[in-house]
Amino acid sequence: MAQVFPPGANWLAKWSILFAILGVTLVVGVASAVYWSPVVTQVGVHKKQPVPFSHQRHVQGNGLDCRYCHTSVETSPFAGIPATETCMTCHSQVLAGQEMFNPVKESWDSGQPMEWTRVNDLPDFVYFNHSIHVNKGVGCSTCHGRVDEMRLTYKAETLHMGWCLRCHEAPEKFIRPKDQVFNMAWEPPSDQLEQGRKLVQEYNVEVGQLLNCSICHR
Amino acid sequence: MNKMSTAHKSYPEALRPVGELIEGKQTYESITDSITSVVLERPNPPGWMLMFVIGGMFTCIYGMSLVYLFAAGTGIWGITMPVAWGWAIINFVWWIGIGHAGTLISAILLLLRQDWRNAINRFAEAMTIFAVACAGQFPLIHMGRLWVGFFILPYPNTMGLWPQFRSPLLWDVFAISTYGSVSLLFWYLGLIPDFASLRDRAKNRFAQLAYGTVALGWRGSARHWFRYEMASLLLAGLCTPLVVSVHSIVSFDFAVANLPGWHATIFPPYFVAGAIYAGFAMVLTLALPIRSWYNLKHIITARHIDLMAKITLATSMIVVYGYAAEAFFAWYSGSEMERTMMWNRIFGDYAPAYWALILCNFVAPQFLWIKWFRTNVYGLFLICQFVNVGMWLERYVIVVTSLTKDFLPSSWGTYHGTFWDWMTYLGTIGFFCFLMALFVRFVPMIAIHEVRVTHHKMTGEHH
Repeated sequence: MAQVFPPGANWLAKWSILFAILGVTLVVGVASAVYWSPVVTQVGVHKKQPVPFSHQRHVQGNGLDCRYCHTSVETSPFAGIPATETCMTCHSQVLAGQEMFNPVKESWDSGQPMEWTRVNDLPDFVYFNHSIHVNKGVGCSTCHGRVDEMRLTYKAETLHMGWCLRCHEAPEKFIRPKDQVFNMAWEPPSDQLEQGRKLVQEYNVEVGQLLNCSICHR
Repeated sequence: MNKMSTAHKSYPEALRPVGELIEGKQTYESITDSITSVVLERPNPPGWMLMFVIGGMFTCIYGMSLVYLFAAGTGIWGITMPVAWGWAIINFVWWIGIGHAGTLISAILLLLRQDWRNAINRFAEAMTIFAVACAGQFPLIHMGRLWVGFFILPYPNTMGLWPQFRSPLLWDVFAISTYGSVSLLFWYLGLIPDFASLRDRAKNRFAQLAYGTVALGWRGSARHWFRYEMASLLLAGLCTPLVVSVHSIVSFDFAVANLPGWHATIFPPYFVAGAIYAGFAMVLTLALPIRSWYNLKHIITARHIDLMAKITLATSMIVVYGYAAEAFFAWYSGSEMERTMMWNRIFGDYAPAYWALILCNFVAPQFLWIKWFRTNVYGLFLICQFVNVGMWLERYVIVVTSLTKDFLPSSWGTYHGTFWDWMTYLGTIGFFCFLMALFVRFVPMIAIHEVRVTHHKMTGEHH
């Protein structure tokens, strides 16, 4: 009887094995590359805000402390977003007439708070508490990056759970003296591990507990 | 001719093998014809239609129960505290156990040079793959959230988390996926020469292309056969430990936990024997009607049926030994918890299930000592149904009696499957039948070349 397939089909059959392997590798590779890229993680991506607020201007330029606006960061889970009144302490004079400042002005006039877009947004099943971190020597810049250099605010880290665990597994790698927590320019010293271990002891960071599921998921 | 049966003269009369491995006056041609014609020429018999339609219906019911499950969550099942493991794990273990006979037949009996496996191995391997397909769905659906099913796999994820490598539930993932893929490979490898036969015999262009594609260019050259034999031996070698390891690991799901009634060393061997026992009963359940629908009684002969019945009997004895050992351990442990559990199992709320299990797995197979039950298809079919039910009850009794009454009397409770438990379970049986029906319709259900080897050994006929 006549052959069902032309001779070239043999070539196809053999190479199909390689194609299958390459195909699977490619799909998995591309999928994970996209998943870790800023497209999904949003690291370094500006969010649209009602007003183009610049941390750089306020922190580096004017020398404001983080806590001037984020007032509850040392005492509450939530760092706090400033009330319009806080803005108006300066902006009743500065920029007051400019068009880009209008949303703040409207908020001031109507008494309706500003609606900023969250940049660092954790899922609701994570119970994150700013105060415990700040009080145990975890600096702002460790998680938020050099906010003082951001013209428009963006996420500096992925906030993936695996990223949280790097510190929860070994806080000595990241912990700093409490008086340096709000220092945006702080860099770990060359003997960070040694210093870090001391601080972990001194601040009573119970490393054994930090990996309990219920520390963050209650 | 007939060298094979004369060697068994020393057996007692009641246990002497019956019949031949191939009945009637056959040639290579007639053997190939009777198997390929099922796929290529013959009309679908009414029995097949029934299996296809009812199987298809229950597959749809299964689909509906899954949609409801994913929409509403596992609350539609009977699971509750303290019985958080319900029918899902019972059905999982039941299905995975059924698969084991296929692997035993295809791998261990191949290595042991048991020629009688040649007529039933393809069939039994298909049963294995479909049973594993049914079993494998339960670990996924029992979460009620299919979309997070990939969490059972270890992969580098954004959470920096790995599954618990010390948990037998993770070992299950590896055991089942290895088992499924090796079985599928072995099955497909054996099919290649037979797909080539179908390709060569098919008249219809579409069938030629379809079978030609899956035959991977098989031409039956000496080199092809040499490689085929080597690959099949290697895969048989890989499958052999799996027959023992997979169900041992499944038994660890229970034995590693320290619950009364689960924490027993007898579990792995007793589960493996139970798996083979259940599997042979299922092979018979399927083979008895299908060989009659398609007039294949000259290839799957009374001899095969008789041998399978004997294995069922032998493994039933091991399983019953397991039941006795469990009871003995409970008493010998001196642990009040273990003794109470065993007392509850035998005389408590679930005593009817336990005694039904004894009836199905101990009393019913005893009839297989009698030759009439091993050769009469109706009698044997009936006994196999007892075994199928019995092996499900066995897992039910293990799961439910231990969980309803564990260490803390304040948390004791009761458990019963709901309507949706039933629909999910019957749905997988329907799905299994549906796949089996497709298999016998589109794939040569008996390994043509291997039966021809048997024919050669029996008659010495040359091409």
